[in-house]
Amino acid sequence: MIRLERRASPAPWAAGAVPVVAILAGLAAGAGLFALAGVSPLAAYAGLLSDPFGSVFGWSETTVKAIPLILTGLAVLLPARMRLWNIGAEGQLQCGAIAATWVALWTPLGRTAGAVPALLVAGMAAGAVWCLVPAALRAWLAVNETITTLLMNYIAVLLVSFLIYGSWKDPQSLGFPLSPPFPAASRLWVLLPGTRVHAGLLLALAASAAVWLILARTRWGFEIRVIGDNPQAARYAGISLARNIVLTMGLAGALAGLAGAGEASAIAGRLQQGLSPGYGYTGIIVAWLARLNPLGAVLVAFLLGALFLGGDGLQISLGLPIAVVNMLQGLVFFCVLGGEALAGYRLVLGRGRVAAPGPALQEPP
Amino acid sequence: MSASPPPPHVEMRGVTKRFPGVLANDGVDLQVAPGEIHALLGENGAGKSTLMKILYGFYRPDAGEIRIRGAPRRFRTPRDAVRCGIGMVFQQFMLVPSLSVAENVLLSLPGAGWRIDEPKAVRELAAQAARYGLAVDPRARVWQLGVGEQQRVEILKLLARGADVMILDEPTSVLTPQEAQALFATLRRLAAEGRALILITHKLHEVAAVADRVTVLRHGRRVGTVPARGTPPVELARMMVGRETLERVVREPAAPGEEALGIADLWVMGDRGVPAVRGVSLSARAGEIVGVAGVAGNGQRELGEAVAGLRRPLRGRVRLAGRDVTGASPLEMIAGGLSHIPEDRMGTGVAPRLSVADNLTLKSYRDARFGRGPFLDPRAVAAHARELAAAFDIRAAGVDAPAGTLSGGNLQRLILAREISARPRAILAFHPTRGLDVGATEAVHRLLLDQRRAGAAVLLISEDLDEILLLADRIAVLSGGELAAVVSAGEASVEEIGLMMGGSRRAAS
Repeated sequence: MIRLERRASPAPWAAGAVPVVAILAGLAAGAGLFALAGVSPLAAYAGLLSDPFGSVFGWSETTVKAIPLILTGLAVLLPARMRLWNIGAEGQLQCGAIAATWVALWTPLGRTAGAVPALLVAGMAAGAVWCLVPAALRAWLAVNETITTLLMNYIAVLLVSFLIYGSWKDPQSLGFPLSPPFPAASRLWVLLPGTRVHAGLLLALAASAAVWLILARTRWGFEIRVIGDNPQAARYAGISLARNIVLTMGLAGALAGLAGAGEASAIAGRLQQGLSPGYGYTGIIVAWLARLNPLGAVLVAFLLGALFLGGDGLQISLGLPIAVVNMLQGLVFFCVLGGEALAGYRLVLGRGRVAAPGPALQEPP
Repeated sequence: MSASPPPPHVEMRGVTKRFPGVLANDGVDLQVAPGEIHALLGENGAGKSTLMKILYGFYRPDAGEIRIRGAPRRFRTPRDAVRCGIGMVFQQFMLVPSLSVAENVLLSLPGAGWRIDEPKAVRELAAQAARYGLAVDPRARVWQLGVGEQQRVEILKLLARGADVMILDEPTSVLTPQEAQALFATLRRLAAEGRALILITHKLHEVAAVADRVTVLRHGRRVGTVPARGTPPVELARMMVGRETLERVVREPAAPGEEALGIADLWVMGDRGVPAVRGVSLSARAGEIVGVAGVAGNGQRELGEAVAGLRRPLRGRVRLAGRDVTGASPLEMIAGGLSHIPEDRMGTGVAPRLSVADNLTLKSYRDARFGRGPFLDPRAVAAHARELAAAFDIRAAGVDAPAGTLSGGNLQRLILAREISARPRAILAFHPTRGLDVGATEAVHRLLLDQRRAGAAVLLISEDLDEILLLADRIAVLSGGELAAVVSAGEASVEEIGLMMGGSRRAAS
């Protein structure tokens, strides 16, 4: 007989070993996936690794993908620290892109030296507003934010379509759904000449440090940590839940909006479909793989950025659909979450000891 | 009813049970004869419940043996124990609120099949109830019953299963003194028919009132087994705690000043949608302890939450230091000088995964002394924590240790340290010693009396009448959400207060 028995506390070696084993398990399962798709798993993984890390260009492109992932990861992670699930980073990112486009194309600011700061701020504001709708519903009407943030994504994506098929469509695009290109003054600065690595990297790194500082060293972060641990105790200590929901979700939306503004301004240079290959959703994976640690999110964002890039390469070199990469991401995420949950248990073979006391102790029937 | 020597109905020999880091039972022996009421006495954490959960098949012992009517037994699950005629009434009742009493009893029977003859069950239950003095209507729904009645349903369940070894875990903790007396009468009748009864308790007077013999446990070991009658309570207390401590506190005469906390005609809605507090008026003056006595569930929680700002009153007024604070937020109440020792320590009083230091600053982190502007200085927080930990004897692995790792007594000292160091004008103390051992209880009592001396008003809400009689200058009795009476200490006897807790109003005086 094999059964699971709850541990009094997670095994001491679990913290380091579990994520590594889980990622390996996810990749092993992915190997099966590649085999099913008729591709040698070895060739696939070689391709996955060589593109992102095999050259300076590869590294720079990995960085380009990591920038929005850091920001969306933070947008998920910060509310999650007080047990709010922001599934809406994707929509907030799209709104950021819309607002940035509006500043670049439809305001006089777009052609001035102040264009970049203005469009970044506008993107943050739009992302924040998009996230504040579910936040307010949650804070004052107790509406589940997981569902509302998710549903707001579809609205935002369709809003982008509405604009680029409609009033914002570039007359010279030969019918393609694209906005006109941004004026040069509205393009975010490239950091490394010859690559697409842009100044958004510095903003993303600063955001990661700032979120860490907020959580670890400020009175506001203290409130977030107390709420995250025990909302009842927070209320008892006079901490306003509604105020913190609004503030945290507002900041989260602003971070995702910044990612969107950066993508539109630095990478695409216009508003278009496919601006984000799911950066907002992958942000959820970034946050959890980083164990909700804002500094860890940077590292994880680079790893997942590499996966995106490697996936692009696989599409070209092996003719695999992008869905395979999404599935691989899902498998790794699934294994890591499973690993986290199971780290609290031990496997007992045969007739073992009775469960330890503590949270495991169920009351008699 | 003295025990005829062979064979004991229950015999446990050398029972040892280890949990990670704790030796819960260390070679414990226990013998209970048929017809005997055996008290198992000890402080919290002495191993009483563990021993009984072993007997009930809930835990398996690491060593030792169990014999029932002379036959060695190994129980793998409670089901095995139940088949051997063992039954247990837990502190948390195992009843389905939406079902009737009879249905609950039928549900607990092992052979309960698809067909249920409820009229027959009702008749049989009514007969059993009358026979053992377990007044309860078999057709009533469980949610309609008071705690005392629910406990009787639990005992009826054991009877229906034919249990002849009955274990009761602190059965009187939810009862009025009168209900406790009635329960004791029932227990005596049950024992007189040859059953073996084991009563887990930490109340000395219960031992003398109902038990034949008493086994005292301390730190998982058996200290001794003595006759219940004829052993003076002081001797039992010494066995239980290892020293003589029938608590004596020094309480100077009260010198109350102005009103610090005032409640006028307060109505508060309960969770069930009916008012749980109905027109209560009460005031606590500086330098005075006002005890609020009552059986659990008579509006104490709602009253406390309304005063703390956690629940908005329907009507009425709350005053703090002369200021009207009706409907104020918890933050405003804290700022106004109200400290609150909450009922549920782990669930409300602390953030268990945050550090001891963080929890000690849970209410004062907004102070300028803990950092500049929006920033918190972790060193200032830690220094403050070390100071309080030393002053209040909070024993933890360090101020960085998660608060959830502290023992009950240390956790309560942490909460008291935080609440008292805020120099409150008024303290709302909710069951401040529930679940604490004798030493920790004394420490809490001393701290509350220190605060009284320092000029704070204390509103002490407690189910423990002894505690209220020991500390309070005035005693308010809450029954059904109304004030049954407010009396000065020494003006009413335990019995009188108990009667009022049970709902009878004091004759106009």
